This record gives sequence, structure tokens and C-alpha cells, in this order.
Amino acid sequence: MTRFSAFSLFSNALGGHKDWPEHWPDAAPKPAYDAIIVGGGGHGLGAAYYLAKRYGIRNVAVLEKGWIGGGNTGRNTTIIRSNYLYDESAHLYDHAVKLWDGLSQDLNYNTMYSKRGVMMLAHNVHDIQSLKRHIHANRLNGVDNEWLTPQEAKAYCPPLNISPDARHPVLGAALQRRGGVARHDTVAWGYARAAAALGVDIIQNCAVTGINRGADGAVTGVETTRGAIACRRVGVSAAGHTSIIMRMAGLDFPLESYPLQALVSEPVKPVFPCVVMSNTVHAYISQSDKGELVIGAGTDQYVSYSQRGALHIVEHTLAAICEIFPIFRRMRMLRNWGGIVDVTPDRSPILGKTPVKGLYVNCGWGTGGFKATPGAGDLLAYTMAKDEPHPINAPFNLDRFRNGRLIDEAAAAAVAH
Amino acid sequence: MSGYRLANGGRIDRGVRRRFTFDGRPFEGFSGDTLASALLAGGVQLFGRSFKYHRPRGVLGAGSEEPNALISVNRGPGRFTPNLRATGIEVYEGLAATSQNRWPSLRFDLAAINDRLGMFFPAGFYNKTFMWPRSFWETLYEPAIRRMAGLGNPPTEEDRDHYAATYAHCECLVIGAGPAGIEAALEAASTGKRVILVDEQDEAGGGAMSDPALWPWLERSIATLAGAPNVTLLTRTTAFGYYHDNFIGAIERLTDHLADIGKGPRERLWRIRAGEVILAQGAIERPLVFDGNDTPGVMLASAARTFALRHGVAVGRSVALMATHDSGWRDIVAMAKAGVGVCAVIDARTNVSNDVQAEAKALGIPVHLGQCVIGVKGRHAVQAIEVASTDGSRRRTIACDALLMAGGWTPTVHLWSHARGSLAWRDALGAYVPETCSEIVRCVGACAGTWDFGAGGLINTLPSPKPSHRARAFVDFQNDVTAKDIRLAVQEGFRSIEHIKRYTTTGMATDQGKTSNLNGLRIASDALARPVTDIGLTTFRPPYTPQSFGALAGRAQGPLFQPTRKTPIDGWAEEHGAVFELVAQWRRARYFPKPGEDMHVAVNRECRMVRQAVGIFDASTLGKIEVVGPDAAEFLNRMYTNPWKSLEPGRCRYGLLLREDGFITDDGVSARLDDDRFHLTTTTGGATRVLNMMEDYLQTEWPDLDVWLTSITEQYAVIALQGPMARKVLEPLVEGIDLSPGAFPHMAIRAGRICGIPTRLFRVSFTGELGFEINVPTAFGRALWERLMAEGQHHGITPYGTEAMHVLRAEKGFIIVGQDTDGTVTPYDAGLGWAVGTKKKDFVGKRSLARPDIVAPGRKQLVGLMTDDPNLVLEEGAQIVADPKQAVPMTMLGHVTSSYWSETLGRSIALALVAGGHGRTGETLYIPMPDRAHSVKVCSRLFHDAEGARLNV
Ligand SMILES: Cc1cc2nc3c(=O)[nH]c(=O)nc-3n(C[C@H](O)[C@H](O)[C@H](O)COP(=O)(O)OP(=O)(O)OC[C@H]3O[C@@H](n4cnc5c(N)ncnc54)[C@H](O)[C@@H]3O)c2cc1C
Repeated sequence: MTRFSAFSLFSNALGGHKDWPEHWPDAAPKPAYDAIIVGGGGHGLGAAYYLAKRYGIRNVAVLEKGWIGGGNTGRNTTIIRSNYLYDESAHLYDHAVKLWDGLSQDLNYNTMYSKRGVMMLAHNVHDIQSLKRHIHANRLNGVDNEWLTPQEAKAYCPPLNISPDARHPVLGAALQRRGGVARHDTVAWGYARAAAALGVDIIQNCAVTGINRGADGAVTGVETTRGAIACRRVGVSAAGHTSIIMRMAGLDFPLESYPLQALVSEPVKPVFPCVVMSNTVHAYISQSDKGELVIGAGTDQYVSYSQRGALHIVEHTLAAICEIFPIFRRMRMLRNWGGIVDVTPDRSPILGKTPVKGLYVNCGWGTGGFKATPGAGDLLAYTMAKDEPHPINAPFNLDRFRNGRLIDEAAAAAVAH
Repeated sequence: MSGYRLANGGRIDRGVRRRFTFDGRPFEGFSGDTLASALLAGGVQLFGRSFKYHRPRGVLGAGSEEPNALISVNRGPGRFTPNLRATGIEVYEGLAATSQNRWPSLRFDLAAINDRLGMFFPAGFYNKTFMWPRSFWETLYEPAIRRMAGLGNPPTEEDRDHYAATYAHCECLVIGAGPAGIEAALEAASTGKRVILVDEQDEAGGGAMSDPALWPWLERSIATLAGAPNVTLLTRTTAFGYYHDNFIGAIERLTDHLADIGKGPRERLWRIRAGEVILAQGAIERPLVFDGNDTPGVMLASAARTFALRHGVAVGRSVALMATHDSGWRDIVAMAKAGVGVCAVIDARTNVSNDVQAEAKALGIPVHLGQCVIGVKGRHAVQAIEVASTDGSRRRTIACDALLMAGGWTPTVHLWSHARGSLAWRDALGAYVPETCSEIVRCVGACAGTWDFGAGGLINTLPSPKPSHRARAFVDFQNDVTAKDIRLAVQEGFRSIEHIKRYTTTGMATDQGKTSNLNGLRIASDALARPVTDIGLTTFRPPYTPQSFGALAGRAQGPLFQPTRKTPIDGWAEEHGAVFELVAQWRRARYFPKPGEDMHVAVNRECRMVRQAVGIFDASTLGKIEVVGPDAAEFLNRMYTNPWKSLEPGRCRYGLLLREDGFITDDGVSARLDDDRFHLTTTTGGATRVLNMMEDYLQTEWPDLDVWLTSITEQYAVIALQGPMARKVLEPLVEGIDLSPGAFPHMAIRAGRICGIPTRLFRVSFTGELGFEINVPTAFGRALWERLMAEGQHHGITPYGTEAMHVLRAEKGFIIVGQDTDGTVTPYDAGLGWAVGTKKKDFVGKRSLARPDIVAPGRKQLVGLMTDDPNLVLEEGAQIVADPKQAVPMTMLGHVTSSYWSETLGRSIALALVAGGHGRTGETLYIPMPDRAHSVKVCSRLFHDAEGARLNV
């Protein structure tokens, strides 16, 4: 791997950039691997990287039906935070946030993780109770999250409208300073490049169409659009399409797939310094390094695999944004898209073993799994390497839907992303 | 006016002059000019700076494909708009336009240093650097990048305009009013269908406006359409998105072109549902890719033709054409005939048909076949071009002041793609054309790939003898993506066109690749040595052109963002100084301070008066559902945890509603009015959710049940009278109901009259005192309230708000769903096991209550807490631990759900969810706060009148 640095950039410039090698080679499937990851999103690529880097399994393939990072990884609004309510969640997301810090250096690829702070607004008494509950729980879990008065919130984010006459006045906010955003594509590419350098095959345009099992029921390999591949350890990390793949192994997964929409404005000069989310008015926003306002909506109402959402969701989302930030009404929407998110009954992920031996799963991240990318990748790799979950992901098992040990962040009135 | 305005011709009104400024400099144009045409007429070629390299840029196109000439318009306070295309801004008297992304001035821009250093900033450069030292990213690198990026300045003041929205339905929606669209609309209209024809430009006509020979036809056609009652013609209206089932979003711009904007809305959102959609969006000309193709003065041939024939403006005095397609020849011939000076026609092809050549030659225009432009001289404007044979020989320089590009055409398939229509590649056109779609839609005219512009050879980058890595040959003008960048992306292993797009940012600018997508695709295909059809096309996303947030938000702003629901008694509360809080969509009186009282004092007084005398409370926001039908009792029996069949008419019951997962989702007291009729109440916030949930079960799970559900929330005003004197206040006013305890016990309902008004009178209590809830038709709510206030005068009647209500119910340990429960709490956790009809065969959530974890010990259970310091009121949401000295992360047992000062008890009280709480009575636990840990004792939730003696009076 050619190391990237200001120096290599400079010297390559003098040579007309003719010597840059491929980020990752275009691998063709081999007949067999020690481990296969289905789904070339950030989570799957991360898992492959950590399998090779941390757990010594290098004969690994990532199978991606389209182009890597083309799923939700490349469609999300990249909010990163770890101020979740329950201990299990706080530890899970904080594990990821700790890996975010230093990820660029680890991968030798600038993922542009920018700790500019994530602020969640309270608009009514119920919001205050809920956000304070988060703040107290986070403090005792060692996760930073602090309460701001409306004036402090405005000082942190000047475009905020804190007029008490607003339809949903801002009564305060919870701020996680370590929260922020990263650049989604570079996360996928950075993992792919670093994984490939360790020997992982990144195989694109290769959809998994079947899961092969032996007489004992254990996984023996996968069928793909590019032929059968033998493997005794298969990790599925296919976001909105996970339930389809699980059905190939005869498993019914408690997942519903919904379109989730986002949009960006035309780029403008810096105006928005942080990330702001509001559960009550249903919107969240940040400004990308390019200058676009990046805005996210809530899920569409109906389950669907179509990546086109409905217009009224956009209308509502922009009404909400303009309500909190009236200066943005003359800004213009440049691009609007949707991704298919996989939602579990308790809005927490499923990360661990499955009833089928040799089959592992990482899914159910729904509307908020980008922030977990390094952590989920690492934990899936751990689980596959050791054939048992790490204590951090052990609670996020499939069984909890049978035994009732749910980790219900949504019920705790947390915001969704 | 400078000499670029042609002596005559064009659709401008030369009688109506428009004065305006650009970067403070005064200019003049005519009615019918765009900012682009008027500035070109004034001799301006430099319009803006590019995104990354800050290269000087002129106008490339004449319409919505324009990537370069982005302008800010300031219409005064709260009316600043960045990033508008000069080709779409209609010139009005007093227009104040400024250029963007430059400092200190458009001509002299310091950031243009980026261009000199461009070799260090190839595609993806930021992925490779700015990683060391780690801490510099947020403090140094990122802020610098952010300042450099962005186009125009953001608006900084609240928008002063307002926006409208409307719905429309039609049998036929035609998008694009060029010749094909107009013909389609005429035909549809002649069959009597309701037709809507939309076009983004200020005038219908499309390409016909640049062809005077078609003007008589255009005038006739528009007159016919205008005269047809079944036709709606919307100009300045962009159909921006195609959604499911022929639902199209369009935005009409109403005032941006006016000098006096009046008081009307600025834009209107049209939500159109169409039987059939006809797409007639036309086609966009493709630029050619060669070194220097972004110099101001280099533009599309079709755009130059539009400026000449529609606006009467010559884009230069000595204009050259670089073509690979016949259409450019036709355009330049038409321009020459209109009086534009033409100095050369260069075509990369050697086999241009004689017909096409003939006219140019007849006009004496020098023609150079088999040759290409390989360089452009001039920085802020074209001064000359370098030309060479396609084999690199015969280099020479031709002086000119504008260069036109004719690289062929790209059908505008954006909306087609929004509808998920499939595309087919046509080699002859070098473009994708629409193929099939599941919507009822068809494409006509140029957007279907049928045009009469002639033919053309298609080349990705023009051949040049110069070393290709030196060439600044732009593909995406706004984002500064060169052919070299695309080749670099391929070299670095990016093979999917989506990756190439994202790595180089080609096609991601505000024009969304209208002029760049196909060129980028062909260059990538070349570099990958694979046919374009293997590579595919990036997906087009709405909107077709950028659309303002305001228009999409519509009327939903300020107080109309969400309707504020108000009860019939709201006005009285406001007049009596109530402080309100927002609950769901309602506003509710939180407390009624007397002069000098703060919340604490007011709430204490209100609580005291309820316990001592009588309080009056507006409970109208409670959700209410009438359940009627022979199976009504059976239905409720299946929905709620408790049994309903045995409930006698005239009696009430507390109902607990679970989700399928066994957790509490709502509660409320409901009454049986008759064998087949119930009056349910739900929480204020849960009203809609509960009705939806019940309908869902009724319609999908138990369609056999004969039951009707009707929301009656807004049909009834509900006034609660609570306190020992409640009966005294009521007695004189009620007719036909015996209020005596024996005849009307707690948890009963009676129908009768109060002050002559029909009422459903409940005897219920959420305070622990003797209580009534009086339901009367909404219209009588306030009158009755006032009558009760008057009657209660000598009994000390006191209005109280939601805050006192919360305190009073907490003293009795009554839960508030959503505050003391959070969707993880079972009836047993909440101490409401008594409300679970375990003998019932089934109810929603029953099975889940048997899950191992639900019956396991250690679940969080609702308990009372008393602080060791009676004056300390805990913070709601605070966490509870057993060992306050434990290091972080601490083991948390639960949290405080409700916490108040209890005036009745003269101390603070709290409710909390605590792991294994029901077995911890008497234990000391701790609430660690940032400054110190508070100690508390676990106790019963029944803080007051545990036996309920005060109820049964
Ligand atoms: C609009 C939007 C906004 C969001 N905003 C945020 C946010 O702000 N913060 C946040 O933390 N999260 C956010 N999310 C969620 C986040 O994007 C996802 O949770 C996360 O990216 C999931 O990553 P992944 O790698 O698991 O999935 P993906 O990136 O979707 O990867 C799954 C991959 O599996 C592939 N695949 C599917 N089926 C097969 C098959 N049969 N064979 C081979 N490959 C297959 C897919 O092509 C895809 O590439 C958002 C999501 C969306 C859609």
C-alpha cells in the first residue's frame, strides 16, 4: 500500500499523479475463504479489516452486490454520537466513537471525522425530562453529554431560533461535544483499501443468492451471481436487505425495511457550526465541509424496498428545519434521496450469532448505524473469529425478542439517529 | 449600451428598459432579458468563479443547465438569495446582482491561487492528507477547507416572504412547453381532457423561442391553449420531482421577476396527481472537452443562438464554432444571418454532409474540417483559440472573442428516471433514451431522443497533441472536474460510475451534471476500456433544479407549522392569566398564578384548595372514543388487559392498554353507557395512536367483530370538579341525576342535564378526592365553566392546571403513561398487576407477559421515593444507584420519573423506576448529581390517603 501523506501527494503531483496505485484491486471470487462478509457497506468492510488486522484471519472476502458503500453507508447524514440511554447502548456506541478517534490514522485515509458537537433540542416538558435522563445516565456511564440553556444553545449554534413565541420553542438542549460527522464514502473506501492491503478480497457486483448448509445444518458456503464459494464462517451485514438473506438460511428475522430520506441544499459559505437534532419537530441538520446543509427526515410510513420516498416527508422536514432556523427558508434543496433502513422492534441492532452454525449477523441499525461503523465492524469480526460475542455486543442477540430482554432506545424517547 | 446588442430581432421588448446593477456597476437591459443576456449585451463575459480552483467563468448555457454563472440577488432585508443562475434571473428594474465565491473582487480573487496549485489538489486529494497531526483536523485543516468551499454566502436574516401550496388533478400533465410539449397538450386538450402544461421558463415555447420561423405557430398554439377552459398553462413552473403513482411536485415562481413583489406569496408548490404524464423536457447540448474549455466566452452553441435570436444579443463580435455535431452549424448559420460576426467553423469530423456545410460556406464563413480546438488564449475572456488537425499537425491560432461548442445532445431524462423508468443506450445519439416505465407516462420530442438537429460524431475529449496531464479540460465546470481527474479515479481503482462520481464529485454540483454526466461517462468508459452500457448511469435524484426550502415548507411556518389545538375553555384561561404548556398538539393551562405568585407558590395554592375545598380543571384534551356495536364489550375485552364484559351499564373501569410486546402504551377510565355502547378515554398524547391501533386490530385481526369506533375527543368539553366540596357545587345545577353517594358511587356514569345542557357525568377522580368529570357538547364548555366558577365561589372553587394535577395524582401514586412508563414497563412493573385479567383467554400483549425476561426478578419497578432531606426536590430523569462511591461506569438501578414538592405532605415526593423496586421498601439508595449524591428511601407510591377514604364520600 502506498502510504498517503502530504509528502506523497506533493511528490506525486510533480510526477503528474501517474503513479498512484489502485485503492483496492478488483478481486474475483476464489473457490473458498476462511471468512466471508456479505455486504460491502462500512460495517461489512470494517469487519473484514478487523478480521485481518486484529484477529489474524486474512483469507477473507467481502461480497457486495453493487458497489461498495452504495447502500446506507453512502446515503446517510453521518451523524456520530454515543449519548444513548441504556448501558448496553452507551457502551456499544461509545466503543465505536473511541475507534472513530484515530481511524484516519489507523487506515491512513482521511475519514474526516469532525467532532463539532451534536445538540438535541428540548421543546416541551417531556423532552426536558427525557434529555435530562439521558444526560444523567451518560454521566454515570462516562459518556459526555451536557445540558444547555436556550441562550447557551444559541451561542453554540447561532442560526437557532430561540424565540419563546415559536410554535415549538426551544427550552434547552443536550450537547455531546465529542459527537460530530464524518465523510461517509471515505469510510467505505478507507476500510476497503486497508483491508485489501492485508489480503482481503473486495468483490463487487457479486450478490449472494443462497446460503449453503451441510448435513449438520452448519454453513458450508454461499451461492452468488458469480458462482458458489465455500466458507464455514459467513457474516451477513446487509442492512435493509438482511432479512432477505436470512431467509436464504431459513431464518425469519424481526426486521422491517423502510425508506429513510435525506437531502442537501446548495453549498454556501460556513453558516452552521455543529449538528442539531430535534425529535419533536422531526428534523436534523449539519453543514458539510463542501458547504451543503445536510438534512435528514424520519422514515416513510410504509415498508418498502424502493429507494424513492414520498414528497410530503420532504415538505414536513423542511418545514421543521425552517421553523427552527428561519434564515434557511431561501436556501434551496439540491438533491433528495432515500435509503432502505432495517428496523427492529426495539430499535436496537442485532449483532451476534444466529441459530445456524457458522452464520453471523450484524443488522437492525435502522436509521442510526453509521456512527457505529468501526465498532460494529470490530465486534462482528470478534464474534466471527471467536465464535462467541464480545461482552459489548452480547446483549444485542436475537434471543432478546423471544425472552423479552429488549434494549428499547425508541421507547425511552431517544431521538432516532 | 455597449455594442453587443443586435440592431433588431429577439423577443425582448426594446421599448421597456430595465436598469440594474452587477457588483455595484450600473447596467441596462430590456424587458425579456435574463441577467445573462443583459450582461452579455453590456460586454460582460466574466460572471463568476469556480468552486475549487476559483477559475474565472462566464456563461456556458442559456437555461437551467448553467453550471458557471451563479449569482446572488439581494432584494433587501430578509430577501437575499445565493446561487441563482444568471440565465434564469429575469431582469427587473432595480435588480441588484452580485458575483460570488471571490475575494476581494471578481476580477482579482486571491483564492485563485488554488488554480496555480491545482496540481496538488487532484480528485480525492483530501482523502490522502490532512491527517497529521491528528488534532489539526478540527482546529486548522477543516475550518480552512470550509472557508474555501461553499458557493455564495448564506442568508443571514429570517425570510420575509411567504409561500403557498395547492393540489391539482388532471387527466394529462405535460412537462415542458417546447414544440413537442405544446403539440401534445393541444392534442390532449382537443379530446376534452383536463390538461396542465408546465414550463420552467418565463414564456412557453422552449426551443421555438430561438427560431423566429416558428413564432407564428407558437403564437397561434398558445392562443388556442389559453382559450381552452380545460387547459392550465403554468410558466415559471418547474416540475421538480416525479413520485409514486403519477404524483408530481412542481414549484411556480410568482414574484422573483417583479420589481414590485406586492404582498402575495413568493412561490407556490403544486402537488399534481395526473392520469397520464407526458414528458417533453427536451434535450441539453453537450460541451466539448478540451484544454481551456472553461474560459469565459466559451459556451454552448445552442445557448449563443438563444442569446442572439431570443434576446437579440451577440455573444461576441468574432465568434468561432467548435463542432462535432451538425446542430452547431445550423446554430451558427442562424446567428450569422441575425447579424453576429462569425470567424470560423471547426469540426472534428471530415465527413460533414454537404447540405450542412453549404449554408455556412454561402455566408463566407471559413470552414476547418478534421480539426480541433486544442487551447484557448485569454484568462478573463477568450482572445484566440489554438487549432490543430486531429492528427496533431497544422497547428495555428485563430483570433476570436467567443467560442461555441456543439458536442451533440443529451435527452433530459431526469423526471423519467425519478419515476424509475429504464433507459436504453443509443449509439447513434451517444446518449441514453427512455425505454419502459411502470407509471403511466410517455416521452415526446427531444427528451425521447427524436430530434431534427442532424447527426454528429461523438468524441469524449478532443484529440490534442499536447500532453494530456497538462490539459485543463473540464467535464464538470462548477465542481472543477477535469478529464484528467476522471482518468485518475479509474487509475486509482474506482470502476463504478457511482464511485467515479463520488471520488471526483463530477455531476454533484448545483446543476447536477446536466452538461457533464455523459462526457464523464464516456471518458470513464474509455479509461476503463469498457462500453458505456457496462458502466451504467448515476441515478437522477429530485429536484430537477434546486428548489427553495420555503416553497417546500409552504404555509407550515410560525403558528401554522402545526395547528395548536385549543379547548373551549382556553380563552377563559388566557383571560385569567394562565401559564400554558404544550402537550402533544394541545396547549394546556399549566397553572393560574395570582399577582406576585411564581409557579411554585401558585401550584401549592392550587393543590391545597383541591384537597381542602374544590378545584376545577379543564380536561377537555383527554382523548375520547365512542365504541358502539353488539361486539363492543368483546372488542374491549380483547384490547385491554382487564375484563370488560362483566361491567354493568352505568359503571366505569380503569383500562390498561398494552402493545403486542406487553408494555404499557396507554390508560384511561372508560364507561359503559349501554350494553352496546362505551365511552373510552385515552391520554391526551395517546388519542390518535390508540384510535389507530384499535382500528388496525379491528380491520385486520378481527374483521368479524361488529363494532364502530368514533373519535369524540373534540365533541365534548370535559370539566373536572375535584375536592370535598365538588358535590356541593354540582348539586344545584344538575337535573335528572341523583348525586347522593348511594345512588351515584365512585366509578359510575350518569346521563342527565346540567344547567339544561345534556351531559355525560362521570364520577371519577385523578386526585384522590371526591370528583366528577362533566362532559358536555364542546360549544357549551366555556359557558358551563363560567357557571361552575360562579356557583363554586362560596365553596372556594379554584382553577388548577396540569402541574397541580401532576402533583395531586403523584401523591396518590397514579401513573402518567409516557412519564412514569417509557415503553419498557409492564403492568406488573408499574404495580398494576391487579388490572390484568389473567383469566381472560387473550388480550393484546398477553403472550408477551409470559416471556422469560418479563417474569424474571430484578426488573425495574415503579416505587415511591422520599429524600432524606424533605426539602429537596429531585430532578426528574436523575439516575439511582446503590453505591454512590462506585467509580464510573456506575451500576444504575433506575431513574426518577416524577418529582414534586407535595404541599399536602409538606415535603418532597418522587416516583421512580428501580430494579427490583417492589422488594426494596425501606432501603436507602442514592442519586448521584454532579456536585453530590442525595440519599433517598424507597417507599410505597401511595403517599396520601392510602385507604382511599376521601374518595368514598
Ligand atoms: C437517509 C439516511 C440517513 C441516515 N443518517 C444516519 C446518521 O446521521 N447517523 C447514523 O449513525 N446513521 C445514519 N443512517 C443509518 C446508517 O446509514 C446505516 O445504519 C449504516 O450505514 C449501515 O451500514 P451497513 O454497512 O450496515 O449497511 P449498508 O451500507 O447499507 O451496506 C449493506 C450492503 O449490503 C449489500 N447487499 C445487500 N444484499 C446483498 C446481497 N444479497 N449480496 C451482497 N451484498 C448485498 C448492499 O448493496 C449494501 O452495500 C442513515 C441512513 C439513511 C438511509
